[in-house]
Amino acid sequence: MKFVEEYRDPELGKRLLERIQKRSHKPARLMEFCGGHTVAIFKHGLRQLLPDNIEMLSGPGCPVCVTASADLDKAIALGRLPDVIITSFGDMIRVPGSRSSLQKARAEGADVRIVYSAQDALAIARDNPEKSVIFIGIGFETTAPTIAASILQAEQERIKNYYVLSLHKVCPPIMKAILDLGEVNLGGIICPGHVSAIIGSHPYEFIASDYKIACAVSGFEPLDILLAVDSLVEQIESGQPKVEIAYRRGVKPEGNAPAIRLMETVFEIGEANWRGIGPVPSSGLQIKSRYEKYDAARNFTIDPGPTLEPAGCICGNILRGVSTPPECKLFRVTCTPEHPVGPCMVSSEGSCAAYFQYGEKNI
Amino acid sequence: MCLAVPALIKSIEGQQAEVDIEGVTRDASLQLTPDAKVGDYVLLHTGYAISIIDPDEAEETLKLLRELSEAG
Repeated sequence: MKFVEEYRDPELGKRLLERIQKRSHKPARLMEFCGGHTVAIFKHGLRQLLPDNIEMLSGPGCPVCVTASADLDKAIALGRLPDVIITSFGDMIRVPGSRSSLQKARAEGADVRIVYSAQDALAIARDNPEKSVIFIGIGFETTAPTIAASILQAEQERIKNYYVLSLHKVCPPIMKAILDLGEVNLGGIICPGHVSAIIGSHPYEFIASDYKIACAVSGFEPLDILLAVDSLVEQIESGQPKVEIAYRRGVKPEGNAPAIRLMETVFEIGEANWRGIGPVPSSGLQIKSRYEKYDAARNFTIDPGPTLEPAGCICGNILRGVSTPPECKLFRVTCTPEHPVGPCMVSSEGSCAAYFQYGEKNI
Repeated sequence: MCLAVPALIKSIEGQQAEVDIEGVTRDASLQLTPDAKVGDYVLLHTGYAISIIDPDEAEETLKLLRELSEAG
């Protein structure tokens, strides 16, 4: 595939790794923020190929994983209302909430449908005018503009039975929250590629200037990631942290203006509840009152019940970069992709699922 | 979750496009990339084009990769 195969050239990869080996001397702990990067790094065996002084750590960039149990309970409670169709991206339906999951609710009679796109959810609303169709809106800045577009399209087409439960989250504030917790001593951050396609690279400037941590926005092919690591190594060795884009074919410093406009038209910044971290101010996207008729949170009365966290699950620590999956007593024992206890094992890009699938093997 | 793949725009009607991903045809919304044209590659995420791939930057990056690997 064009724009993919070129960035998988093994010969170039080998020489870049040699270059990194030669230039990297200081101990460096690098966090790949995005779950997609975690999977790519494992899949291509990059952890084992990087020099010993470089430690790779997974971050909280998996929207399914960071959805709080309390928010999941809301989605499940909405699904139990009469004449409601829940639409959701696939991984979400298997995540255990406090007492159930969307999948279990479906087995008990709730109408829960997996969609690939918010457009599919809109189509279900068009086809079922007598039902309320609620889309479980998860995702970062990559996905939020698509949900905003779907709400504007619903308004344009006068679709009156389409609602969104907005659990959207934004990345720079959670990066700041993790750095402020001071639990992980980072030398560099591989910034998320497709979030940055929307927001650009400017929102990360504070990480380099205030926290003196190197930043590189990366694509998802092995050479993209190695180019980002090379940039981080250069910044760390020279003691000059900045924000570099190692994914210029998809990311502009200023981002995607029409997408940002759409997002800002429909959403406003508010508090979001992050699994393992808790409520973080200004880290979520809520539907503006101008569009409240599409807001599931304002249009339905539910009782999601008290929140319970799965006993023994350390997803929260893993999402903050404090623990790794093999340190969890449940990992591979009672928690597997077939029977996940926590969300990091459910999502294919969750750290636990990536460790389970690829282990420490070199692929 | 933030997965996006390169897709080639084959035709456009209003804000909807027909795109090709490795020989598979799919519908894509251009609401987030109103400037996209037929023949452009876009990054497709959950049915929406989120970015127009810049072929010049793509070539520059490949050039840089070759230079870095030769410089060692």
